Amino acid sequence: MTPVVELLYWDGCPSHPAALADLRAALAELGRPDVELTLTEVTSDAQACERGFVGSPTLRIDGVDPVPPPPGEPPGLTCRLYRRRDGRHSPTPDPADLRDALRRLLPPPTQESRT
Amino acid sequence: MTFAIGALAPNFTLPDTYGNETPLRDAGTGPTVVVFTCNHCPYALAWHDRLQAVARDYGPRGVRILQINSNDATRYPHDSLEAMSARVAAGEFASPYLHDATQQVARAWEATVTPDVYVIDADGRLAYHGAPDGDHNDESLAAAWLRDALDAVLDGRAADPAETEPVGCTIKWSR
Repeated sequence: MTPVVELLYWDGCPSHPAALADLRAALAELGRPDVELTLTEVTSDAQACERGFVGSPTLRIDGVDPVPPPPGEPPGLTCRLYRRRDGRHSPTPDPADLRDALRRLLPPPTQESRT
Repeated sequence: MTFAIGALAPNFTLPDTYGNETPLRDAGTGPTVVVFTCNHCPYALAWHDRLQAVARDYGPRGVRILQINSNDATRYPHDSLEAMSARVAAGEFASPYLHDATQQVARAWEATVTPDVYVIDADGRLAYHGAPDGDHNDESLAAAWLRDALDAVLDGRAADPAETEPVGCTIKWSR
């Protein structure tokens, strides 16, 4: 089965283009052209609740959030807060965390996908 | 936009986190910086320390800095008055942190995002509006656009640039 990375975003927050660029760069660096990248716009509070969307951008690697939010974080249409590895606040995941999560959560590429 | 460069700033009085009513301008007020900010926005938090450094550096030069949270705390509980008070108690703010519970001040100032930065000159007129600097992710920029605007106002010059694009989370309006 094709591994899927989903980027959920809310258009009221300016963060998702940078997150998408980081994600594409990480997948290229890891040599994973086999991964299907999908973008999903979250447009309502109801949809945010249904998808467990705690802010934009939220990533799902084969359904798993690579940077799980704190327990009890409320869903909603807002910008999501991340931390860089040096402790700084950031609107996007640390690119190094993103690469590590992709390595950890993606299934290994098949022989077929390498060719 | 009706609140343009050179226009008189809409007046306000808002409570700080201790309940002290704080006016935009006091007798003898010099230049004032007004920052619409909040507790949960990554852009506001990324720029936060740079803005506190401006408050510490320019306070002794007669500049007053007021930081305002206008977000709807019903839908965004991280922006409650209690959360604001906790941050102030933790020493995170170098100047008053005001609560715009009715959002009337944000609307009057036509604020759109957090952080949204305004510099008001000693005559009460808008001298700069926009972002603190050009990149939330680059601490070395040190809120340079804001500092340049304050230096200009303190020297009696026009800020250049007087306007930049504010970048951040939308203000969370009540429904």
